[in-house]
Amino acid sequence: MIIGAPAHDPFERDRGGPATPLLTVKGLLKHFPIRGGALGRVQAHVRAVDGVDFEVMKGETLGVVGESGCGKSTTARLLLSLIDPTAGEVFFDGMKVGSPELSLKEFRRQTQMVFQDSYSSLNPRLTIEASIAFAPQVHGVPKREAVARARDLLARVGLDPVRFAGRYPHELSGGQRQRVNIARALALQPRLVLLDEAVSALDKSVEAQVLNLLMDLKDEFGLTYLFISHDLNVVRFISDRVMVMYLGQVAEIGPSDVVFDRACHPYTTALLSSMPSIDPDHRTMEAPLAGDPPNPINPPSGCRFHTRCSFVEQVCSSVQPRLTEAGPQHEAACLMVVPGSGHSKAPVGTGVAA
Amino acid sequence: MSAVDIRDLRVTFGGVVRAVDGVTLSIERGEVVALIGESGSGKSVTLRSLMRLHPPRATKMEGTIAVEGRDVLAMTPRALADYRGPIVSMIFQEPLLALDPVYTVGEQIMEIILRHEKVSRKEARARALALFERVRIPSPERRLDAYPHEMSGGMRQRAMIALALACRPKVLLADEPTTALDATVQIQILLLLRELQRDLGLSIIFVTHDLGAAVEVADRIAVMYAGRIVEEGTARELIRNPRHPYTIGLLKSRAHGVMEKGTRLDAIPGAPPDLARLPPGCSFAPRCAAAIESCQIEQPPSFVVEGGHRARCFRWKDAPAQLGAQALGAA
Ligand SMILES: Nc1ncnc2c1ncn2[C@@H]1O[C@H](COP(=O)(O)OP(=O)(O)OP(=O)(O)O)[C@@H](O)[C@H]1O
Ligand SMILES: Nc1ncnc2c1ncn2[C@@H]1O[C@H](COP(=O)(O)OP(=O)(O)O)[C@@H](O)[C@H]1O
Ligand code: SF4
Ligand code: SF4
Ligand SMILES: [Mg+2]
Ligand SMILES: [Mg+2]
Repeated sequence: MIIGAPAHDPFERDRGGPATPLLTVKGLLKHFPIRGGALGRVQAHVRAVDGVDFEVMKGETLGVVGESGCGKSTTARLLLSLIDPTAGEVFFDGMKVGSPELSLKEFRRQTQMVFQDSYSSLNPRLTIEASIAFAPQVHGVPKREAVARARDLLARVGLDPVRFAGRYPHELSGGQRQRVNIARALALQPRLVLLDEAVSALDKSVEAQVLNLLMDLKDEFGLTYLFISHDLNVVRFISDRVMVMYLGQVAEIGPSDVVFDRACHPYTTALLSSMPSIDPDHRTMEAPLAGDPPNPINPPSGCRFHTRCSFVEQVCSSVQPRLTEAGPQHEAACLMVVPGSGHSKAPVGTGVAA
Repeated sequence: MSAVDIRDLRVTFGGVVRAVDGVTLSIERGEVVALIGESGSGKSVTLRSLMRLHPPRATKMEGTIAVEGRDVLAMTPRALADYRGPIVSMIFQEPLLALDPVYTVGEQIMEIILRHEKVSRKEARARALALFERVRIPSPERRLDAYPHEMSGGMRQRAMIALALACRPKVLLADEPTTALDATVQIQILLLLRELQRDLGLSIIFVTHDLGAAVEVADRIAVMYAGRIVEEGTARELIRNPRHPYTIGLLKSRAHGVMEKGTRLDAIPGAPPDLARLPPGCSFAPRCAAAIESCQIEQPPSFVVEGGHRARCFRWKDAPAQLGAQALGAA
């Protein structure tokens, strides 16, 4: 058992009940100013996250995929207020983050993040035991208890405290360091863990161990994950639902199996068929998409994917598709699913694309 | 004659770290071989040995390397200058490190051509343009005058490939050239490499840690572990009929589409060994579920499974059945 008052048990901290999402994100927007010229004036904006809404239900894993630069990490950093949003609101278990009901400090205690680079996130001068015990002490846990909790967590992530507690980060392998980072994230007994490419730097044989560990810890501590990765196989394996992002926006979101087997956004389909096949008798013959993703400084008008989409029609360059229901719990932002959008493949209907 | 013939290559750094420990590998003309393995297993060191890129003082290289019949380890600095570019060239994961930021990409390609061949500047520029078309850079004429930072990631990678092809090499070495790219761009580059091999008759050694990428481009795959090639064979042999427990472990631990929700991955336990303190016997023994007593004592030699399919494992005949490798063949 983790030492601590029962009030810290994530199962008992539930306020809104199972129907209330643990995390609700509304209208999240981040435009980074680009400065230039002699006076350093703002010349343009990188629209890194450009109107993102989603929910993460209690106890689920929401996977986030998309190409580099589509805004995955920026979304995660905005959630934790590591950077200030241009606009948008975040609710945690029904409470607005940064309101009298839920202070930013308390939200940050309940939401932890694990990054890709296992090395730079650990203080090289602290033993791993001290690293894990550090944050709880800042939050007022007595030292002895924090250390005991750290040793307990080390055991949970598969690092025998007798052998490992006194080691420094450079004395560990990459996989072991990532286990320490996970233990450190769990030390504050969070309810939500944001994992940003958390297994991407690991060797394949070690990656599988860490994925298994993440699944065990989730059950054991009643955690909820937001799992960001560019590896579609890994995301499919670990996620209950998947959100596909393209140029700062959500292209498609739905249950993992539905998105992987019956994707309805052409970008999702292209992304999935870009995965190398592991079948030597059926190698990929043609690349599904040509060219690179466009620049988020001046994203294409209308549907952002229209410059690369093989179903593009005239309407796509002027009308921006909103996320529209495509099935149970399944939404896509493509004019082909928006009723009456003017795309020839759209369902007939009276709806007008926003 | 093979394009590349490496025999019993051993590379030691600072007298202690044996990064490559007896690698034997040959590549036919026009063949693509993928070298896969975990980080630190010696893939890049093997490639850099072929280019003789290691710091000469701190590095000891033993064994032989023959490329197009030339003895690479015996080359003088002069011979090396004629060798790098026209015979062998290399592309890297990060094109920004390979390209010079202060010159346009076109100038860099022309520079290399002019350094190695007696041609006019006009001719060199025409060759550079043809290379840009060859690697399918859109609006090639205009892009020749672009600086590396003005190109997108995928385009830079194409430009680096064009640069590597400038002197019409016979052998192309590619060190994780697609690892930093997005999925939709990665497959484009993999297909480009395959096309170049076919059209130009290039021999390619392609280093990756991604089995999927290896299967997409390679005729043959060599699996490295702790400085040795533990298994090699055609892509089909390795995927359908793996014989070394490490290869089997890699295949089994992959997360893949058809998995039941909530199933655990079949992970290989433990971590790769410290090269300065390798176990006396098989270096995979501490993690191997099929290990027997002799594995701890003696290093397994390379056994021939069939034809060019080889495995460094005493139990190559019966370990696959014990480890449930047959089930893999179907998937
Ligand atoms: N501080 C910043 N200033 C300017 N632009 C930024 C800044 N941070 C991020 N960006 C830009 O915002 C966009 C989204 O970045 P983000 O890092 O969130 O993408 P990502 O999906 O996580 O990509 P990757 O997979 O490469 O990490 C990119 O175009 C990036 O260059
Ligand atoms: N110049 C060097 N000096 C000392 N050790 C080195 C040097 N270059 C590589 N190594 C070591 O050699 C091993 C293999 O490295 P490398 O071939 O780069 O691995 P990879 O398979 O990831 O490409 C690693 O343990 C690495 O640390
Ligand atoms: S809206 Fe048009 S361009 Fe965008 S994904 Fe749908 S069909 Fe393609
Ligand atoms: S030689 Fe022995 S320890 Fe090594 S891989 Fe084969 S069975 Fe395992
Ligand atoms: Mg990122
Ligand atoms: Mg390497």
